[in-house]
Amino acid sequence: MQKHLFLGVEAIGQGAIDGGISGVYAYPGTPSTEITEFIQDNPLAIERDIHRKWAANEKTAYESALGMSYAGKRTMACMKHVGLNVAADAFINSAITGVNGGLVLTVADDPSMHSSQNEQDSRFYGDFSMIPVLEPSNQQEAYDMAREGFELSEKTGLPVMLRITTRLAHSRAGVTSKEVLAENDMSMPEDARQFVLLPAIARRRYKGLLEKQASLVELSENSIHNKYIEGEDKSLGIICCGISYNYLQENYANEKCPYPVLKLSQYPLPEKQLKKMEEECDEILILEEGYPLVEEKLKGYYANGTTIKGRLDGTLPRDGELNPDHVAKALGKEIYQGIQPPAMIVNRPPALCQGCGHQDAYTAMNEVLDEYGKGHVFSDIGCYTLGALPPYETINSCVDMGASITMAKGAADAGLFPAVAVIGDSTFAHSGITGLLDAVNEKTNITVVISDNESVSMTGGQDSSAFEKIESICEGVGVDPAHIRVIVPLKKNHEEMVKMFREELAHEGVSVIVPRRECVQRASRRKRNISRHANH
Amino acid sequence: MKTDIILAGVGGQGILSIAAALGTAALAENLHLKQAETHGMSQRGGAVVSHMRICDREIASDLIPIGTADLILSVEPMESLRYLPFLSEKGYLVTNTTPFVNIPNYPEIESVMAEIEKLPRFVAIDADKIAKEVGNARASNMVMLGAASPFIDIGFHKIEAGIREIFERKGEKIVEMNLKALQTGREFAEKNK
Repeated sequence: MQKHLFLGVEAIGQGAIDGGISGVYAYPGTPSTEITEFIQDNPLAIERDIHRKWAANEKTAYESALGMSYAGKRTMACMKHVGLNVAADAFINSAITGVNGGLVLTVADDPSMHSSQNEQDSRFYGDFSMIPVLEPSNQQEAYDMAREGFELSEKTGLPVMLRITTRLAHSRAGVTSKEVLAENDMSMPEDARQFVLLPAIARRRYKGLLEKQASLVELSENSIHNKYIEGEDKSLGIICCGISYNYLQENYANEKCPYPVLKLSQYPLPEKQLKKMEEECDEILILEEGYPLVEEKLKGYYANGTTIKGRLDGTLPRDGELNPDHVAKALGKEIYQGIQPPAMIVNRPPALCQGCGHQDAYTAMNEVLDEYGKGHVFSDIGCYTLGALPPYETINSCVDMGASITMAKGAADAGLFPAVAVIGDSTFAHSGITGLLDAVNEKTNITVVISDNESVSMTGGQDSSAFEKIESICEGVGVDPAHIRVIVPLKKNHEEMVKMFREELAHEGVSVIVPRRECVQRASRRKRNISRHANH
Repeated sequence: MKTDIILAGVGGQGILSIAAALGTAALAENLHLKQAETHGMSQRGGAVVSHMRICDREIASDLIPIGTADLILSVEPMESLRYLPFLSEKGYLVTNTTPFVNIPNYPEIESVMAEIEKLPRFVAIDADKIAKEVGNARASNMVMLGAASPFIDIGFHKIEAGIREIFERKGEKIVEMNLKALQTGREFAEKNK
């Protein structure tokens, strides 16, 4: 028993270590990054030599975790919500293979899109793959669920999802840690065909997964994480998923909530408690952080009876993260609205750092591309996405990891010239290589700019798995070495860079330009001997 | 006791160093603490905010409800106004007066200050200038914490101890300079609140 002040993500890192993991597998992504960083820096994790290096992407991370589980050890995979799209193939199928050693997938959703391109709700992935999902309401529960998730995984034979959202990920509170569990010994799966998803075996295993569902519901019904709190006033019942419980409590800071409340933190849905609420309450209000998952289900179950209120009927906003004020409004509470901010306040969007190499690359690109007009540049996910904003306004797309190269290819196939892709070094390693191979195989006329700052910078400067490998990867994929050109993006090299862009745009076929200069933030930390950004 | 603080600034200005010093002090007083931070994209020069809640009872929400913050503590004047709806009817706004201009359409600083001066309770302090006077421009956040300290229900010596703990590994000179920054900020606020 030790008391810590932890961010939600740090609590999960500690919980995973104390739960006896032998490896964490992850690709950086806000708001999930610091789980892995916490484990990387933790003395016990170092002493136990827990696997803790970054993976090239979420799919390789999840598959490695599944391999560690196959070998009988406990493991955690961590990613942001959109990262699970990348890992989805492995993830969905792992519900059918099941696990050997406990496997917990921590996925951090970003409602309100603080640092993301959508606000998809990972609980749907959990529901879709039919595995248990845990959704903590606070940092202590995040620790407890991470620590105990491996046991639940081993008990059910299934991967377990630990779903958090930005607010819990990046908020600090006191956490009491518990006894550190031993790591599992290595052991093979009892059934040698468990992980062989040939149709005949997969059908058998899928039936097994279906048969487990009733027991998963029962586990939810008996879970300490699903609490039915009695209330006198049955005109309303309230279901609080995860962190939304706090927002309800905030509205009853000085009194007890008069309505029955179901604090819901373990899925599948506990049917017994839902039935009780439906029977005793006139209306049900559902507070959930994310999409209306529970609300949609209950609307189906109780279609002709109880009124279900939530995000779908306008009681709560349909999008964005919840807060205590939304909940107050849903409860019909009058609140002081504060002073309105003066109209002269302007937005302050993020921007590329002063001295950043992406700036020099964009300045040179703009000079050449101005000759062709707007709309020729496809880009990707990283700091360089800020090149969409003034003063550069160079790029015209940001969709998903790696899409710059493939979208440029498709546009070139349609006849667009020039078609340019701008991608970072780490994003290229994550999901750009296969797209480049497609373009090489078809000799597509595209120019790929791999803006290399030798780090995963937007998430705080983690090591890039393409470090010192970009030219050899491009050559290996089949790009003509004469058209793989490297330059240091600095003002003094501006004319040379402009010339290089012009020449490679004129080249018929695939060419790659690599403006390479270390991220200024990372360089500054290196000089100050700090391993990474303090917070990101 | 309960002190709910909106900490505001621009990504890179280091508002979390203020939160760390206060958090350390709150823990030393055995108080409950919740502190929601902005990580990720906005830290590249965008608007950042941290909700810091300190209480002698358990705290429910990580976010401060609208109209209930006891204090807005901003290290940048325009950013201090962005979160005005959070301020309670009796709340104080404490802000640095040195603007951080990294956008082309930053409003006239005189009009920003005029808006601040309309508020019934505020402290406007040139923390950058005071920090330079006590020895280092980088101590401006501790000047700000000092200026906010009269409105935070934590013993001043505990805040001093928090600063000592945070800067300890950087040496006694840095500790002393930051403590002086804190003290000077507090004195200014006491005179000008």
